[in-house]
Amino acid sequence: MLIPILIILPLVAALVIGFLNGTAARVIALAVGLVELALVVLALTQYQYTADAQYVFTAPWVPSLGIQFKVGMDGISLLLVLLTTVLMPLIVLSGFGKAFKNQSLLFALIMAMEAGLIGVFTAMDAFLFYIFWEVALIPIYFICLLWGGTERVRVTLKFFIYTLAGSLLMLVAFIYLYFHTPEPHTFDLSVFASLNLDEGVQGYLFLAFFLAFAIKMALFPFHTWQPDTYSEAPTQGTMILSALMSKMGIYAVLRILLPLAPQALADYGHAAILVAVIGIVYASLVALSQQDWKRLIAYSSIAHIGLMAAGIFTLNQQALQGSVVQMVSHGITAVGLFFLVDILESRTGTRDIKSMSGVRLVAPAIAAYLLIMVLANIALPLTNGFVGEFLLLSGVFQYHPWIAAVAGTGTILGAWYMLSAYQYSILGDKTAVTVGIADLNLREKLVLVPIVILVFGIGVYPQPILDIAAPAVEHLLQMVVK
Amino acid sequence: MKALVMVSGLGIVAMLGEIFRFKKILLPLVIVGLLATMAVNVLDWDTNTAYFNNMMTYDNFAVVFTSILLLVSVGWFLLAPSFFKTESSMTDHFALVLFALAGGIVLNSFSDLTMLFLGIEIVSIPMYVLAGSKKTDLRSSESAMKYFLMGAFATSLLLMGVTLVYGAAHSFNLSNIVNYINSNSGSLPIIFHTGILLILAGLAFKVSAFPFHFWAPDVYDGAPTVVTALMATLVKVASLAAFYRLFATCFVYADSYWTDVLWIISAFTILIGNLTALYQKDLKRMLAYSSVSHAGYVLFAILALNEFSAPSLMYYSIAYSVATLAAFTVLVILANYAGNTHIESLKGFARNNPLPALTMVVAMLSLAGIPPLAGFFAKYYLFTAALQSQYFILVLLAVLGTIIGVYYYFRAMVTMFQGDGEVPKLSISGTHIALMLLCLIGTLALGIMPGLLMGLL
Repeated sequence: MLIPILIILPLVAALVIGFLNGTAARVIALAVGLVELALVVLALTQYQYTADAQYVFTAPWVPSLGIQFKVGMDGISLLLVLLTTVLMPLIVLSGFGKAFKNQSLLFALIMAMEAGLIGVFTAMDAFLFYIFWEVALIPIYFICLLWGGTERVRVTLKFFIYTLAGSLLMLVAFIYLYFHTPEPHTFDLSVFASLNLDEGVQGYLFLAFFLAFAIKMALFPFHTWQPDTYSEAPTQGTMILSALMSKMGIYAVLRILLPLAPQALADYGHAAILVAVIGIVYASLVALSQQDWKRLIAYSSIAHIGLMAAGIFTLNQQALQGSVVQMVSHGITAVGLFFLVDILESRTGTRDIKSMSGVRLVAPAIAAYLLIMVLANIALPLTNGFVGEFLLLSGVFQYHPWIAAVAGTGTILGAWYMLSAYQYSILGDKTAVTVGIADLNLREKLVLVPIVILVFGIGVYPQPILDIAAPAVEHLLQMVVK
Repeated sequence: MKALVMVSGLGIVAMLGEIFRFKKILLPLVIVGLLATMAVNVLDWDTNTAYFNNMMTYDNFAVVFTSILLLVSVGWFLLAPSFFKTESSMTDHFALVLFALAGGIVLNSFSDLTMLFLGIEIVSIPMYVLAGSKKTDLRSSESAMKYFLMGAFATSLLLMGVTLVYGAAHSFNLSNIVNYINSNSGSLPIIFHTGILLILAGLAFKVSAFPFHFWAPDVYDGAPTVVTALMATLVKVASLAAFYRLFATCFVYADSYWTDVLWIISAFTILIGNLTALYQKDLKRMLAYSSVSHAGYVLFAILALNEFSAPSLMYYSIAYSVATLAAFTVLVILANYAGNTHIESLKGFARNNPLPALTMVVAMLSLAGIPPLAGFFAKYYLFTAALQSQYFILVLLAVLGTIIGVYYYFRAMVTMFQGDGEVPKLSISGTHIALMLLCLIGTLALGIMPGLLMGLL
């Protein structure tokens, strides 16, 4: 019953919050977020280190069509649910300082988002997965639409249509698989995985799934919606998009694409790696010329996601482990970075990298926290970014040294654009926009301190994450390389 | 069958309202009457009785679709009063709508081609009158004229087709025609095939499918908004049920060449309907083209001809009607305030009118087919039906159509949130509030618990 509670609680909260005033709404949202976290931590203590799905809950939903409400978690799911529940309270808390119009609706939508995300990460039935996949899209669409920047209408519509186009292909692929399950037909993902389809069919399935997931995680060349959406969305929306929604795409590759089309991987896997690696270099080069902090981090995200995707398609254990760790750490880092950029924007009135300068002199705490997040983002040893990136690169290296070399330029370019952006806006002399800006207040520190603890905690001692993910990753490899 | 008698009786009662001066209580009377009919109708479940020398068979398909039509009518009667308050002849119009409903019931229970023809005429003639019911409005009259001419043309095609089929099979009765097909399979005469195609064309006209859809936007646009709502729901669903009943239970046994024609009709209806809807600046016209494109999706049920066909047709009819009624409720509210139905008039609508805005959001999302709303499950069900029968390319076209659909549905939806509070808080009548709440609950409930209606057909 644990997972249904995790899904229903935020939904109920969303309904209740919608009718409250803003202050009460955000307090309840925070409280519910913390309760969710506590429940997941409780689940963590009972986790068995095996590859089997745990905490499984099954209920009939539309029995005549083989659709059931089946949820459960293995190690990978558990880590992503943990990530979601850790970040959601922080994202809620980060929104306390701003006066949003219609605040209660915003927090209600964030809560609905949490339900959708947990649903995606725990669904074990393809139909259910699809429903949550779309349900998670609607609140974020409205968050971006109602509280976004001036270009929001055009940008959010592009975002929605792009992602819907991908997911409808996924739905068609699911229905196709449904008809190939033995009678009575079912949408159970484990039954899907046990089908022995011929290679040509798997090729089509691979293409449908790959398109859906590549668009969702904003993999080059399907990323064009992403920088616009990230920069137009309100910061809370950007945090959810980059920290959690992009992980939906990667998680779906692990959960759906690899087990359901293993043989097609031999045909298309190499091309996917190549595309992903090209994306890393491309996004890093574009990031070099960005003037806007949000767009810079957006392109940096594309590069990071590209590396995770490349690592997954190499199909070796190190890279897969690395991708799981990197999903967690990138989520944490993204929230920290976007929050600090939001703070800078609210103080200086701009996100332009070159027009602010000398923040260090007036707001040393902002400078210090931003430095930590920048270093985590460029994968300095002892930060969370390093562990995942190292595992991923060494995995890609085993696949092919030259590919790893090209992928590695992403890290080098990353250091370049992140540090030079830091240098321009934080170091140097004060300018008109940075004179007299306030340093971090207590609430902002309350958000950032847990993030920094996680950055160093995972950086120094990543073993628990690796241990939790290991059985599921091994099981996945056995399924794919059988 | 009992439902048909009761609805016709209710229509006559409505006409008497003018003479015996119970106009004031006519609306509640009609709604109660329809709900009573609903109850009686449900009692006919599993009776499967034939009436009038086998000209009508009241099977479960008929019970389900009669119930849908009755519910849609109840919804419509909640929508309509605001329109009729300004017009004097409420009783006539109510009677006309009830007679159209009676025609709809004939259309989903016929088992004889003459009854099909009669049903279509009983639905159409009141609709011609209703389309022109704003007598002082030129566009309303134009709409009625167009509708009448086009409708008469379509009916003549249908009638010609019926004649040719009779000429070959020597019977109007569907089961006799099936026997005829089975005993002559492979050597059916050309007049029989021509007859089927002419009937197909006539019915495509009625459900506004390509290339017979051109009348729909003009007629929808010109007719009074509440009448348009009736055309887009009651008439549409009844015609689709008739289409399905005829082709899936009778002509299915003939060589499968008409499915190729229907394939093309369905594909183009989806593409043309959606692409043209993109360019509409008027909400009513947009909904007209959207209703064209939905007809294209529904034809999947007739094409697929498997165990998913009937339930997916039922499901789609309900989801589509509920969402369309919801959208038209908002449209009526908007038209009362702004005097027109331009999409631009929706600007700033959401700020002070949360319930209509929410209704519009849910209606648009459902029509666009976004989970977890009823419209999604309906579309999913149709896709399943089509994929079961291996119509891959058609489903991919439908996916494309759905994506295009998202664009224009969302544009209408998003416009409500743009602009700064230009629309004041509008006063909304109680029946409209009730209708919006019912549509909201229905759309959500059917989306989240689609199993509610499973196993009926």
